[in-house]
Amino acid sequence: MSIFGIIKIALKSLTRNKTRTFLTMLGIIIGVAAVITMLAIGQGAKKIVEDQVSSMGTNVIMAHSNFSGTAVRQAAGGGNLITVDDVEAMRDLDGLLYASPVYNTWGQLKYEGKNWRGSIAGVDADYFFIRNMSIAQGELFYGSDVENGNKVCVIGKTVADNLFGDIDPIDKVIRIRNIPFTVRGVLTEKGQSVMGHDQDDIVIAPYTTVFQRLLGRRWRVMSVIVSAQSKDRIHLLQQDILDLLQARHRGTTSEEFIVSSQTELAETANEVSNTMTILLASIAGISLLVGGIGIMNIMLVSVTERVKEIGIRMAVGAGKRDVLLQFIIEAISISIMGGILGILLGFGAAKIVGNTMSWNIAVTPWSIALSVSFSMAIGVFFGWYPAKKAANLNLIDALRYE
Amino acid sequence: MNTLLLETKGLSKTYIMGQINVHALRDVDITVNNGEFIAVMGASGSGKTTFMNLLGCLDKPTEGSYWLDEVEVHKMSSEQLTVIRNEKIGFVFQSFYLLPRTSALENVELPLLYSKKSSAQERKAKAMQALEIVGIADRSTHFPNQLSGGQQQRVAIARAIVNDPSFILADEPTGNLDTRTSIEVMAVFQQLHRQGKTVVLVTHEQEIARYANRHITFRDGRIISDIINENPADARVDLKNLPLEED
Repeated sequence: MSIFGIIKIALKSLTRNKTRTFLTMLGIIIGVAAVITMLAIGQGAKKIVEDQVSSMGTNVIMAHSNFSGTAVRQAAGGGNLITVDDVEAMRDLDGLLYASPVYNTWGQLKYEGKNWRGSIAGVDADYFFIRNMSIAQGELFYGSDVENGNKVCVIGKTVADNLFGDIDPIDKVIRIRNIPFTVRGVLTEKGQSVMGHDQDDIVIAPYTTVFQRLLGRRWRVMSVIVSAQSKDRIHLLQQDILDLLQARHRGTTSEEFIVSSQTELAETANEVSNTMTILLASIAGISLLVGGIGIMNIMLVSVTERVKEIGIRMAVGAGKRDVLLQFIIEAISISIMGGILGILLGFGAAKIVGNTMSWNIAVTPWSIALSVSFSMAIGVFFGWYPAKKAANLNLIDALRYE
Repeated sequence: MNTLLLETKGLSKTYIMGQINVHALRDVDITVNNGEFIAVMGASGSGKTTFMNLLGCLDKPTEGSYWLDEVEVHKMSSEQLTVIRNEKIGFVFQSFYLLPRTSALENVELPLLYSKKSSAQERKAKAMQALEIVGIADRSTHFPNQLSGGQQQRVAIARAIVNDPSFILADEPTGNLDTRTSIEVMAVFQQLHRQGKTVVLVTHEQEIARYANRHITFRDGRIISDIINENPADARVDLKNLPLEED
């Protein structure tokens, strides 16, 4: 018989037992949907991490003191604290483009009647270039503002919305911990970070001002952010910065400073999200495998149940090949239909997860191709044994089977 | 009509059951011409079922030769026998063996599906024609469970003749039917016989064998008698004489 006729027969016998066919399919549906969703979530997470890493700026290196473990004991006197002079010294390093100290703190922000608690960063004017920050409204502050310790600031979108609403914030005076600062500009929106942290909830001011006015004598951790002139200089520059810090802080070891680069961070983040994706996909893959075993199970039952039908077909002229193909096609049809429904379900699930977590979740074509070919392979693999069993039935025994 | 249909020489079948060899069939020589209506008889265990299995190419002989339409069937592989069954033999079984949840028409189409020759339209037309011959065309869309035993057996006969086989092989076709329906089914076979079809009927009932033109009787795996029935009963006449059952 033509393959077309066999497909017809196989589909007909599947529709004869709709509930069972659907339940068998369910294993594959859930398996494929799980694979698609998990891969989409993995891809989504990866994309967010990538965006996040690139939103940090270009060719960025960060340095800060290490206060954990043995380093703390060795540096009990605070010998490893990075100073503004260290930052100035770094500026002479080969391959360095920009450098800026960063003081991070929190504080109450006020504008007229409105209050907001936001994070405050004290930085050099170069910071904006390092982090590729652009201004949506107004202007940035400049080197002269930093030198003079001017009480000016640039605010993020979230801060602007909460303090000003519809009012134009430019040149308005806000109070940060009761110290008046003039708003110079509003930053372009950056959105959320990987951890769900709002990157627009920030006030950026000259580090001199922040240090003198807000922190006073209270000690705060300072870190340094640096950008390299090009990507291939990052590694060398990283080492130079570490050497410089060690040289300037006598008696410290390399473990007392952490100098990390954006590429390192990206690699680590990528590794983490790849591991996550593989983990999620293999768990989903297991459910697909279980679905496949479900197909085999049902096909075996179906063969036993239809021994007589097979006998009748063989008596009137169905060859081994016809019977074999009929049962394999039944198994493949179940798995392909299950695969298609699973893809749709996976799309839906990925969308729902994406919406609830406000992630940009991407169902990639290759994940669809992967699950379709995988489910087809499962159909062939798990359909083969029952089909072989059906085709090898002894005709006379099959006809006499009760 | 006296052309040779099939011939067996020394046809034997031995089953090996552990230590014992069971000789189900020993040295059966037989010739059947086209257009015969043969009743194969014998008690259970006489070898008639084994004989039928061999004749129907459902099984292969241990020894001996079987020529069907001048083809050496005994030398064929099981795949080749599949084609022979499909093209040359029409089966009718005791318990009808129709596919469940499949319409009468589709059941009749089944042998045509497994031969590559005809288009969907031709298949349908041929199946419908076969159903008309056995007088059940009006039930073509019914499922087997919506048909009576007699009607199901008619559908099965239609399936047997749809591919225009060399002969019809019927295994106890009336075994599951009451007297009246049995005679009705026999009337169908006699009608097919009159139209020139060859029928080989396996039965243990003398009553049924009466309608055939030749009686072959088996005992212990051998033919013990092979006689021509000069005056076969006419099922149509018997039906007329049979009192209608009161409901």
